[in-house]
Amino acid sequence: MIVALIIIGVLILGSAAAAMLRRNLIHSALLLVASWTGVAAFYLWAGAEFLAFAQILVYAGAISMVVLFAVLLTRQSRDAELPVEPATVTRTASAFAVTASLAAVIGAAVSTARFPASAAEAPSATVKEIGLDLMQEHGAALLIVGIILTVALIGATVIASTDKKRDPEDAP
Amino acid sequence: MTLPVQLLWLIPALPLLVAGIGALTRHRGVALAAIFAMAGSFALSCLALAGALQDPSVHATYNFAWFDLGHGALRLGFLLDPLTALMTTMVTFVGTLIFIFSLGYMKEDKNFSRFFCFLSLFAAAMLGLLVANSLLLLFVCWELVGLASYLLIGFWFHKPSAAAAAKKAFITTRIGDLGFLLGLLWLADSTGSLLFYDGGQGVLEATALASLSGQTLACGLALSTAIGLLIFCGAVGKSGQFPLHVWLPDAMEGPTPVSALIHAATMVAAGVFLVARVYPLMSADALLAAVPVHALTVVAFIGAITALMGALIACAQNDIKRILAFSTVSQLGYMMLALGVGSSTAAIFHLLTHAFFKALLFLGAGSVIHAAHHEQDIRQLGGLRTKMKVTFATFAIGMMALSGVPFLFSGFWSKEAILHAAHEWDVSHLPLYAGLCAVVLTAFYMTRLVAETFFGKPRSHGAEHAHENSAVMTAPLVILAVCAVLLGFLGTPYWPWLQKTLDPHYEATHGGLGLMLLSIGLVGAGLGLGWALYGRKLRTTAAARDPLDTAAPAVMAVLADRLGFDELYAATVGRLNSATAAFADFLDRYVIGGLVTFLAQLGIFSGGVNRQVDEANLNGGFDAVSESVRGSGLFYSRKQTGETHGYLRVVAVAFVLLALVLALGGVR
Amino acid sequence: MTPLHLCLLISTALFCIGLFGALARSNTILVLLGIELMLNAANINFIAFWRYGPSHGAANGMIFVLFSIAVAAAEAAVGLALIIAVYRHQKNIRLQEATVLKG
Repeated sequence: MIVALIIIGVLILGSAAAAMLRRNLIHSALLLVASWTGVAAFYLWAGAEFLAFAQILVYAGAISMVVLFAVLLTRQSRDAELPVEPATVTRTASAFAVTASLAAVIGAAVSTARFPASAAEAPSATVKEIGLDLMQEHGAALLIVGIILTVALIGATVIASTDKKRDPEDAP
Repeated sequence: MTLPVQLLWLIPALPLLVAGIGALTRHRGVALAAIFAMAGSFALSCLALAGALQDPSVHATYNFAWFDLGHGALRLGFLLDPLTALMTTMVTFVGTLIFIFSLGYMKEDKNFSRFFCFLSLFAAAMLGLLVANSLLLLFVCWELVGLASYLLIGFWFHKPSAAAAAKKAFITTRIGDLGFLLGLLWLADSTGSLLFYDGGQGVLEATALASLSGQTLACGLALSTAIGLLIFCGAVGKSGQFPLHVWLPDAMEGPTPVSALIHAATMVAAGVFLVARVYPLMSADALLAAVPVHALTVVAFIGAITALMGALIACAQNDIKRILAFSTVSQLGYMMLALGVGSSTAAIFHLLTHAFFKALLFLGAGSVIHAAHHEQDIRQLGGLRTKMKVTFATFAIGMMALSGVPFLFSGFWSKEAILHAAHEWDVSHLPLYAGLCAVVLTAFYMTRLVAETFFGKPRSHGAEHAHENSAVMTAPLVILAVCAVLLGFLGTPYWPWLQKTLDPHYEATHGGLGLMLLSIGLVGAGLGLGWALYGRKLRTTAAARDPLDTAAPAVMAVLADRLGFDELYAATVGRLNSATAAFADFLDRYVIGGLVTFLAQLGIFSGGVNRQVDEANLNGGFDAVSESVRGSGLFYSRKQTGETHGYLRVVAVAFVLLALVLALGGVR
Repeated sequence: MTPLHLCLLISTALFCIGLFGALARSNTILVLLGIELMLNAANINFIAFWRYGPSHGAANGMIFVLFSIAVAAAEAAVGLALIIAVYRHQKNIRLQEATVLKG
């Protein structure tokens, strides 16, 4: 079990780190798909099969597609790729410092934390149970999430669409 | 048919109505209306006179409340007695004639209707003064005649001298009126009434007089003496008595009919009338032995001084109207003298006769001036005797009346009455001597006037082309001349009708024949001296020197300069006034003004302090607050760089710190 | 080292990777994806505690992750739409140049 978890962890972290470091956006997007798939694998490992499917559907399926579209739509020519600026170096350095300190703090906290012992068996979570839970106990939240998704969809469409009347020369 | 006292107000009301109309319109018909109003008033006066003569000893009164004042009412009233009736008759009669004369004299003046408006106003005020039964009503009318006099003297106000003369007349008489007003107030305060006769309660009746003469002031004067003298101040101003006579000669700047009516016949006589009216008050102290001075003694000496002084100055004047003006001053002094020596009847008698013959003389002078193209200097005239026969004849009658030519002329009888009264006065004979001197001088200067004006050869263009005036001007002269002769017979010692009418207790004295002879002799001397100096050797050129001037140039210069009263007043009163004004100016400018400036500076200073506090502290505080708000806003706006990475970095650092706190603080 | 500890360490590492990406990269899409990684790290924590947590029987951890995924989806949709709008405006998607809204 631990071994499987370690392998899954390496997959997740490795692809994510590579995605964050690559200069090519397409590569980054694809590597992120791999990372998200790793997360789905982790869900499977933890016994949350429904979440794993949801993760695959939403992230590996939907969001990655959107990201790829965005990358392609905003792609710039090779010539526009600028050399590394001094500002970029300092930004990277400060980002690294912040990240490292966070990792140190949380890592130390997690490493030294003690958790009460728990059952080795995974809790049962069938789709039926989750469905009932969602519809009964969390019905209101479900509705609100539905509204949020609808608003986000409409908002995204409005933001991304071209207002031809207002500024016609901005049309792509 | 008689005029009841209740309707006495109609007499002044008629001219007042015309004056009101004249104020509204410039139509020339105002003149006719004024003449008819005066004639109507004359008719009413005759009716009133008829009523008054039925019982001369009665003072018929009609009193009414003007308005309520405190606990009582301020009461006015009308009084009808022989004095009032005779005076109104005289004023309306002379007034009517002078109005008619003015028709001709003012014919070419462009303010013709205004002139008659003013004249009517004057007549109304004068008649109101005469019929008043209240010292207050009398004072109101007194001031109104002063106003009318001012307006008429300054009628030709475009002449600076006329405007100055009007001002001078007004201000000078005002000095006297101040005394009058004080006396009036004092009287009202002492007796609680200002009515002359009020059924035993009036100020001229026994109760009040006893009370007034019974009180003695700190200086030893009886209260009635003090009040009487204060009221006499008004008479001094109005009647041109020494020392307030200076305005009257200057008043001759007005049109000649004005001089005749106001400054010879009526208004200036108002002072004499006033003293005669309050005669019981003036003489209330007569029986007191312990007082330092009697009111009437002062009156007598003032009158004597004025009579002599006026006559003296008249000898040295060259302006025909000024000679007559000083003659008027002198004659008014006579009247005051008569009042002072205790004969109010003689004073009124002389007032009436003088009104007629002096009006006659002034109108004659007006006729001469009008004919001679406004030439008033007697040295420039001459030879008018043949050119203006009617004027000469009437003027000569007036001159002889004024000089006191015996028996035929009214002036003789009235002057005799005065001299006789002065002779009988037991206090002093000085007034008598002054009066006798004045008799000589009067005859002398009138002879000079007539000789220079009417005899010899014309000495100027105006006199050369003079011709007799129209009937509208000569008819009044003739009527007045007739009156000037006949009026004297009303008061001869042999038939003293007038005296008995005015004073029921009058007893004719048949003595004093010697005095009469002396006076006749003096008149003859005056006439002879005048003729000797001026008639025998007639003036040939205007520039020729006066015989008297040749004889005593220094004396004549002083007299021509009117004894230097104007200069004296300019040097004393005028300078005192200027000094007082300068002092007041100093007070105003530096003391009060300084105080005001100081207060203002204090205000400015405190305002400045306030401003400093405001700007330095309050504003500073508010400025600091807003500056800090602005500064912090600026600071935070600097922080808001728009750099998303920066925001993220801050969030991340905060998150690290949060995690550190949680990890160290320990939430187990 | 229990599996829970390991899970938490993995999630910590993933979170840090995402944070580094968000802070360091200039491409707006990568910043957004870094944030998505941080969300995923949080989800891993939920599941880890659901799996090894003290209380059993409740599906709360899973439900939370489910909502989280939904919100992340919405966020990604809006964020990418914004990126497209920014690109249309300034012809690139470099985050440090999108400073029009600065004070």
